[in-house]
Amino acid sequence: MTETLLEIDHLSVDYETGRGDLNALRDITFNINKGEIVGIVGESGCGKSTLISSILRLTAPNTRFREGEIRFKGQDLLQAPERHMRDLRGADISIVFQDPMQTHNPVLTIGQQMLDIQHRSKQSKADKLAHAAKMLGAVGIPDPEARLKQYPHEFSGGMRQRIAIAMALMSEPDLLIADEPTTALDATLEVQIIERLQELQREFHCAILFISHHLGVIAELCDRVVVMYAGAVVESGDVREIFHNPKHPYTRRLIECDPGHIKERARVLPTIPGEVPDLANLPGGCIFRDRCDQAMAQCASDVPPLDQLKEGHHAACWLNHEEATT
Amino acid sequence: MSLLNVVDLHTSYGPVNVLAGVSFTVQPGETYALVGESGSGKTTVIRAIAGLAPAQDGSVTFEGQEIRGAPEKVMRPLRKDMAMMFQDPVGSLSPRLTIRSLITEPYRIQGMKDKDLDAEAKRLLEMVNLPTHFADRYPYQLSGGQARRVGVARALALEPKLILADEPTAGLDVSVQGELLNLLNDLRERLGLAMVIITHNLSVVRHVADRMGIMYLGRLVEEGTTETIFNNPRHPYTRCLLSANPEPDPDARLERIALKGEPPSLLKRPSGCEFRERCPFAKDICTQTPEWEVDGGHGLRCLAPLPQ
Ligand SMILES: Nc1ncnc2c1ncn2[C@@H]1O[C@H](COP(=O)(O)OP(=O)(O)OP(=O)(O)O)[C@@H](O)[C@H]1O
Ligand SMILES: Nc1ncnc2c1ncn2[C@@H]1O[C@H](COP(=O)(O)OP(=O)(O)OP(=O)(O)O)[C@@H](O)[C@H]1O
Ligand code: SF4
Ligand code: SF4
Ligand SMILES: [Mg+2]
Ligand SMILES: [Mg+2]
Repeated sequence: MTETLLEIDHLSVDYETGRGDLNALRDITFNINKGEIVGIVGESGCGKSTLISSILRLTAPNTRFREGEIRFKGQDLLQAPERHMRDLRGADISIVFQDPMQTHNPVLTIGQQMLDIQHRSKQSKADKLAHAAKMLGAVGIPDPEARLKQYPHEFSGGMRQRIAIAMALMSEPDLLIADEPTTALDATLEVQIIERLQELQREFHCAILFISHHLGVIAELCDRVVVMYAGAVVESGDVREIFHNPKHPYTRRLIECDPGHIKERARVLPTIPGEVPDLANLPGGCIFRDRCDQAMAQCASDVPPLDQLKEGHHAACWLNHEEATT
Repeated sequence: MSLLNVVDLHTSYGPVNVLAGVSFTVQPGETYALVGESGSGKTTVIRAIAGLAPAQDGSVTFEGQEIRGAPEKVMRPLRKDMAMMFQDPVGSLSPRLTIRSLITEPYRIQGMKDKDLDAEAKRLLEMVNLPTHFADRYPYQLSGGQARRVGVARALALEPKLILADEPTAGLDVSVQGELLNLLNDLRERLGLAMVIITHNLSVVRHVADRMGIMYLGRLVEEGTTETIFNNPRHPYTRCLLSANPEPDPDARLERIALKGEPPSLLKRPSGCEFRERCPFAKDICTQTPEWEVDGGHGLRCLAPLPQ
């Protein structure tokens, strides 16, 4: 039996700005089951970080939740008291932020920070420190005992990322949210971290929401993929379906642009020409229309719905809708 | 004359020997990639070149001028020709300044008073494909990838001769990444821009770098043209690294060559070849210390290199 852990239900989130409201997320709906690894991909600025900071209610002061619900184990997190959110964060739900400096306090040693996050545990300080050193070792940090005495700026970028991962794993959460956690890791370490996450999922049945621009990592790690564009979900499905049978032109173009596919040195790398629409001033019709090489008349007037094409595979594009209805 | 010449650079933090002799050169208009294990000292190398990290020994010359340990008075005018893109995009932008002030700051630092800063801000934002109204925003109001692009715009403001770029495309989607690399390529052709690029993205290295150096534990272990290294990596660490790169295909069957063990301690460097304990190809002879040997432009630090 699959059991739903997190439900994002018609979520719309705005940022209030001097130029009016910016619709950063619009009508986002998807689920994460217990023990499932879900990847989110999408262009820079499409709302991925906004989505995960909404789940944890750690959003910027100018954020407005316009509509929708986020349910974790059935409870609506947008309505939950702040005290309850504090209990969830770092216990049931852990997060690895895009910018590791957001996790690390620059004036405390890493050892102190790793002690602090174990405040719920009844173990002795020595045991907690030993546990912290063991976790650092598990993410490939040499000399962990000596390293616990150092400050964040004394570590390399990739080490800071790995420490953030180690800290997020310490509580053995039900849901781990990771926002581009491997950008500063070399390929061998990246693979090691992927394997560690997969182990965690097997051992503790931990679900993972994994954001990355590295399509290779998404392909290797995830069971399911959600593709976002300009604040909306444009496609979602099983990882094989998304990579081998993409049903939205944006997904297809994204995969084609990955330089990992191009083995010969290219003088000019492929890109998706055009610009992302202004989120404070959204055009009507399909949001991808200006950049879509298959756009039709209907695309300018009507917003394509997120159709189910087959069990578990959804896409928001009129091309499929036509297929489905004829 | 080489644009940049780094010779036997050493950096220690207290007892920890982070760089144990790094040497490489960059020609005008050339792109040189530094890759290697996380924590191997890549960021320290380029920070030391820019005078932002200590370097107790060795030499760094830029256009023939020795700059290792040079005072700020000497470095400041050089920063016009040598720009840095930092690894941590949001953290390197001062939170209280607008994007307009941030990207035009290099003009102010260099005392270029005759510039129309509004027009320059607009030009730079367009160059990195950000909407011009972003000029009024603050760093926290940007996504990670947008902040990265602001860092790029700032580095390009003064049309430098050399860019030291630390993970310039991390956090960018593949399309924006392609745009940025095409832009840098274009600047290289038009202005003769040279670049030292640090990146973990091996697909990026393959497309932009002319030559590459592979670092392990504070030293280069292999160096050569990008083409030769990808086609025929001869150092076992390079081979392991290249074989690990995740492919954008869920059904890809990768024949990975696993590294044994854990990254070694910098406090107690291994004896003999420092890669020995983790090397899948180690031989008895590897208890001796390998020297850096160069053959036809290909540098190697290994006693039993993989066959050609
Ligand atoms: N506090 C804020 N005020 C106004 N706009 C904001 C704020 N935070 C983010 N934005 C804007 O909202 C949009 C979504 O940002 P978000 O950080 O969620 O993107 P992202 O998908 O995580 O991008 P990236 O991949 O580059 O990290 C972007 O256009 C960004 O400029
Ligand atoms: N200010 C500092 N004080 C003490 N140690 C430092 C300092 N800066 C860097 N180090 C150490 O130097 C080593 C090399 O760090 P560096 O940041 O150069 O690595 P890197 O190759 O850039 O790694 P990554 O790919 O993870 O960014 C690491 O062990 C790091 O902990
Ligand atoms: S709905 Fe039309 S414009 Fe939008 S992605 Fe599909 S074909 Fe392109
Ligand atoms: S010298 Fe020996 S141990 Fe070192 S990299 Fe070469 S083969 Fe491996
Ligand atoms: Mg983000
Ligand atoms: Mg670094």
